[in-house]
Amino acid sequence: MIAEIGHFALVLALAVALVQSIVPMIGAARRDYGWMAVATPAAVVQFLCIGVSFSCLLYSFAVSDFTVINVAQNSNSLQPMIYKVASTWGNHEGSMVLWVLILALFGGMVAIFGGNLPPTLKARTLSVQSMIAFAFLLFILVTSNPFERLDPPPIDGRDLNPLLQDIGLVMHPPMLYVGYVGFSISFSFAIAALIEGKVDAAWARWVRPWTLLAWIFLTAGILLGSWWAYYELGWGGWWYWDPVENASFMPWLVGTALLHSAIVVEKRDALKTWTILLAILTFSLSLIGTFLVRSGVLTSVHAFATDPERGVFILVLLSIAIGGSLLLYAWRAPQLKGGGLFAPISREGSLILNNLLLTTAAATVFIGTLYPLLLDAITGDKISVGPPFFNATFIPLMIPLIIALGFGPMMSWKRGDLSGVVQRLKFALAVSMVVTAVAAYVTWGRSVFGAIGLGLAGWLAASVCIEFGSRIGIGRASAGDVFRRATGLPRAAWGMTVAHFGFAILVAGATGASIWQDESIQSIRVGDSITIAGYEFSLRNVDDIRGPNYVAQRGVFTVRQDGKIVATLAPERRRYLVQGTETTESAIFSNGISDLYAVLGQPDGAGRWIVKVYFKPLVPWLWLGGMITVLGGIISLTDRRLRVGAPTRKRDEVPSGAPAPAE
Amino acid sequence: MSTTTSMRTPATRKKRRLYAVLAGLTMLGIAAVLVLTAFEDNIVFFYSPTDLTEKAVRPGQTLRLGGLVEEGSVKKAADGITTEFVITDLSKTVSVRYAGLLPDLFREGQGVVSQGTLGPDGIFLASEVLAKHDEAYMPPEVADGLKRAGQWREPTK
Repeated sequence: MIAEIGHFALVLALAVALVQSIVPMIGAARRDYGWMAVATPAAVVQFLCIGVSFSCLLYSFAVSDFTVINVAQNSNSLQPMIYKVASTWGNHEGSMVLWVLILALFGGMVAIFGGNLPPTLKARTLSVQSMIAFAFLLFILVTSNPFERLDPPPIDGRDLNPLLQDIGLVMHPPMLYVGYVGFSISFSFAIAALIEGKVDAAWARWVRPWTLLAWIFLTAGILLGSWWAYYELGWGGWWYWDPVENASFMPWLVGTALLHSAIVVEKRDALKTWTILLAILTFSLSLIGTFLVRSGVLTSVHAFATDPERGVFILVLLSIAIGGSLLLYAWRAPQLKGGGLFAPISREGSLILNNLLLTTAAATVFIGTLYPLLLDAITGDKISVGPPFFNATFIPLMIPLIIALGFGPMMSWKRGDLSGVVQRLKFALAVSMVVTAVAAYVTWGRSVFGAIGLGLAGWLAASVCIEFGSRIGIGRASAGDVFRRATGLPRAAWGMTVAHFGFAILVAGATGASIWQDESIQSIRVGDSITIAGYEFSLRNVDDIRGPNYVAQRGVFTVRQDGKIVATLAPERRRYLVQGTETTESAIFSNGISDLYAVLGQPDGAGRWIVKVYFKPLVPWLWLGGMITVLGGIISLTDRRLRVGAPTRKRDEVPSGAPAPAE
Repeated sequence: MSTTTSMRTPATRKKRRLYAVLAGLTMLGIAAVLVLTAFEDNIVFFYSPTDLTEKAVRPGQTLRLGGLVEEGSVKKAADGITTEFVITDLSKTVSVRYAGLLPDLFREGQGVVSQGTLGPDGIFLASEVLAKHDEAYMPPEVADGLKRAGQWREPTK
């Protein structure tokens, strides 16, 4: 019964979505306020319908209703409750329902909180949002109905893929989806603006908080995924340039560019058509990501779904959405009026540079991800493009980005003074050189890139601090004055500083993690030990233990440094009973600066175990830096300007260089 | 902060557009160079055991070899870390040597993809062995290789 309600609610949502796509759009064209007003309640009802549907699915999983095929195939009564719940989105059908739920959530939020939007813009935005929802609801109902019944029901379910039974994976997909599905709202706003033929500072101010919200979640989602891969897959890496990772990373890169270019539209009324294009591209890349992951076209460790029917459906949907929006762009964008002028050396100029580098980086990732598919389709040659390719293309683009990131925030709008900025950043340059020198000295004879990476991180961190310091008048004003200025700064300025500082820490972490790790793999007996980087890992014993739906062998390591015990690590080899699959659970000890990491491998049957241990310096900074960056986004989101979203109040915004006159 | 009047005239619209286009083109050029050079060195081709016996492979060239792990072929060397096994597409076979942790889903009879180089003795030295998340799942290249070798059977489930 519950499953049928869920199915019915989904069909209802489809009908509502159809109405919401058509009526407000026509209403906006005819200036009929009654028709336009349909959008708001429709968006809310659509969200509620999908919410009911999702809850029904969740309930079926929670009570292990194995008469539903989807539950029987992806859950098991022995699973702890949290994984039963997570199984809801740990499979294709359920994750698509989550997808449309978030789509409708964003539509609903715009409907409720978008009271100050011009009625036509709001109607059109919600209409476009609903078209996307309609297409995906249709996709679910036609190809991936999660509520299909099974008769007779099996005694028990097939279990969730054991690798996904992990707290990181409980959180990762919802976060990631809120992120990249959230960009749908920027897309809808962009399409609506193209139809309206008007983009101005007010538009940018309405779009920015939604984009920022999506970006925060996408960033957090990617971080969680990376963290999961780090500790769960037991390979000790944190980023593999796997196509599925790239699928979420490409929208992140372009979305980050969008976030920055929207600032220019808001403050200077320039870069309008470019910003619209970025909004379209960001969500298009989200759609492409969905296609890559959901169609099973990838030869990837993640591709556990293969079904051509779905692939073709999403591909058609993709072509309509991307092709249609780009056509509309080509037709309407030239009619958008350009705004404020600026010199190449200026805040605007540096934001353009940021945008160019980020989109170029996204393009190289795109090529590396899709080229193997293209080549396979055309010539039948099977190739793989791995981390060396991405490192060789992506990193050279990030280096100028980080250097420019030090300068950008210190430039003034319209026309910047490069030599003045260099003058003020002398100290950052010195910090960077010292860090590089120290890093080079400490790690002499190893990769030179480590010193460069840390030098860049030092440069960025120092210049962020200098920029912030000069903004609040450190060294120029009295302590009380500095405090007053700091508290008086807009939250957006705080957010930028925090986010950029976090990025500096992340760069340091990424450098350390990629370059300076030490590892050793040996076959040892209980009582033996392995020493790396001054840490002695000794295998104390191996126990058999039993979990709720698995059995495991747990190796206990004592780690000593200079004879003192610093950590106890207990990696496991689990055997999940239902599917009979084995997984390795690594054990990690972190002291905030470096990680000690141990993996228990296969036994050789003669009392020895293959054991892999790592010393990973600076890895914790990856997550720390990432979290600080996310925090920066959150702070920025609480900016009064964005919260109130009042486009009329401009006078407290622009201290100098009056904004270009609105059309 | 200077006022608008004391400022020199900003670049004209046309000039600005020109700068933007030039910057964009430069970036594209850089990207193209990066991508092309990286492709040259870093693309890894996939071979089935049959391909490996038919096509010439440069010594030291990194490639991917995929197929099924032959039943009864997995042997551990005395050091406890090195594993030797045979990858087969059921018509040709290649011996593989790998030192390291095998993935959780690695076992005899399963599809596997390994990356490495072909040694002068004809033994494939793997630097990486990949098995997939799901044991019902066959790596597409492996399935394709088996089909070409005429040995494909629909998975029974």
